[in-house]
Amino acid sequence: MATTEKQKSDITHKYLRPQKSFPSVWCPGCGNGIVMGAFVRVVDKLGYSKDEVAMVSGIGCTSRLPVYLDFNSLHTTHGRALAFATGVKFGQPKMKVVVITGDGDALAIGGNHFIHACRRNIDITCILINNHTYGMTGGQGSPTTPEDAISTTTPYGNVEKHFDPCDLAMAAGATYVARGTVTHYPQMEKIISAGLEHEGFSLIEIISNCHTYYGRLNRKGDAPAMLEQFKENAITTGKAKKMDEQELVGKYVIGKLHEDNVKSEFCCEYQKLIDHQKG
Amino acid sequence: MANKKKKLLQGNGACVEGAIYAGMTFYAGYPITPSTEIAEGCAKILPKLGGRFIQMEDEIASIAAIIGASITGHKAFTGTSGPGYSLMSESLGYAYMTETPIVVVNVQRGGPSTGLPTKVGQADTMQARWGTHGDYNAIAIAPSTVGECLTETIRAFNLAERFRTPVTVLLDEVMGHMREIIELPEKGDHEVFDRVKPTAKPEDFEAFEMTDNLVSPMPSYGEGYRYNVTGLTHDVHGFSTNRTDETIMKLDKLYNKIEHFKDEIFKSRVELVDDADVIFISYGTVSRAALQAMQIARKAGAKVGSIQLYTIWPFDYEMIKRATKNCKKVIVAEMNMGQICHEVQKVLDPSIKLETVQRYDGEIITPMELLEKLEEVL
Repeated sequence: MATTEKQKSDITHKYLRPQKSFPSVWCPGCGNGIVMGAFVRVVDKLGYSKDEVAMVSGIGCTSRLPVYLDFNSLHTTHGRALAFATGVKFGQPKMKVVVITGDGDALAIGGNHFIHACRRNIDITCILINNHTYGMTGGQGSPTTPEDAISTTTPYGNVEKHFDPCDLAMAAGATYVARGTVTHYPQMEKIISAGLEHEGFSLIEIISNCHTYYGRLNRKGDAPAMLEQFKENAITTGKAKKMDEQELVGKYVIGKLHEDNVKSEFCCEYQKLIDHQKG
Repeated sequence: MANKKKKLLQGNGACVEGAIYAGMTFYAGYPITPSTEIAEGCAKILPKLGGRFIQMEDEIASIAAIIGASITGHKAFTGTSGPGYSLMSESLGYAYMTETPIVVVNVQRGGPSTGLPTKVGQADTMQARWGTHGDYNAIAIAPSTVGECLTETIRAFNLAERFRTPVTVLLDEVMGHMREIIELPEKGDHEVFDRVKPTAKPEDFEAFEMTDNLVSPMPSYGEGYRYNVTGLTHDVHGFSTNRTDETIMKLDKLYNKIEHFKDEIFKSRVELVDDADVIFISYGTVSRAALQAMQIARKAGAKVGSIQLYTIWPFDYEMIKRATKNCKKVIVAEMNMGQICHEVQKVLDPSIKLETVQRYDGEIITPMELLEKLEEVL
């Protein structure tokens, strides 16, 4: 039986922190809320207990997400979420550790931690909400700001190249990599769920809208307009295979991009080492 | 009584022994001279004891990982030197703010910057108090023998757990690498303090509640208390706040939980000061030279005393004031361009002259140098 709107809303409320005052810091229409809703519905479906989930984040609009939810939450310093999360996961391997991060947090100031968490293949699910800008500080250019795009620090157009977080994660050793957008809601739940259930480092990149800064500066319209653009520019992995590089410029390839269930996970390997050394 | 087990150890190795004795089960670090033997020692011993060692991508990640591990219930540890300690400053501030117990050993070398990697220095003394931005209170301690590297590391963990705060152990290159035969303590020889856990029901739990001693009970993740930890100024629940009253309450708590209970933290060795004309004030490796210089001078009939600081921060101004009240001069000896001498000056009676012996060339201060200075001032 399909979940009704009423049931969906009840699930969301079950996971919101009772002591936390709202509204959130997010602008009306921000994609972060869509991802937050999807995340708790997935956790509910998977049947995780609230106590076994630890959510770790850094700094930025996106990184406020864990604070609203009734899990163990660690809101840390800018870029360092994955390093803190490594301590949490390695310290308490039975916990489900989820990092919520943004493009600036994960790929600029936290770039080093990002590639090394991928390399270790530690069982952390990293949900990277990519809105192509620094929202909290007011719309500066980030490592995912496209070439020529306007931001408050690229007022004449971005002359830098941008990162593809999924390519970066795959090259660095992540064992589950998928991309979605806030427009493609059912698919987003599917890849978040797969990431959480995957044993190893998983990157879930969600393309999201910052209509307040990125959208306004680049004349992309309001939140619904941006969501519509994600719909127009999203290409499934199957379709993308038939397209050449030129055709894929400005498109978002969505779906599972990589899965490796053979490579060993860091905490499991270390546990083997402990078992062997303790004799 | 059976003879205790003896071992020839470096100061760095003794820190590892002390940490293990104190119940340390998690180490994250990054190699840096002259502290690397701490990481190597932990890499070797921890898996054998069921503990965990991880080499992180840098010192920024190392301290982040031990804070994360501490929050899951581990006594967590890292070792570094000046350049690494600088990188750790960011998340040291996070640990002060989130009241997370961790122990950081800084085996000091010559600075600034990469400085003199294989040479000795004590120029991070002020950094251990003021290294990260903002207002906070800090604990830093300094051993002067290999045996004390072990016992002071135990004390560092006890203080970290008791006060829910980072503790810095200030070694220096000589202390870290010097070898001495030490007695290994047995269970029960030293007190081991574990953090206080909450007894409140999860629904009544306030993560940063105000208690009589200003230290809030600390649960581990996964124990049913799903609280928020943030580096933002926060209320008793751990949620960020901009309110002036809550900001004052938080910062006062951070400061006063140490300030009001500093007698539990102070530790010094005060020798022959009552009749002394001149008193040496020193800490760490330099204290060995100061004690020896004092003994030589005493044998020669000079009235010389010594104050050795084991606890550097919080600084024991009252003790300095009391111990120096009868003397004419003090000589503050330290391997930097003058750091603790300014703290001493703050409380010294104006009639007492402050003299200094300072080295910042990467070499230790010897007893002979101190005796020469003594001759000059007597």
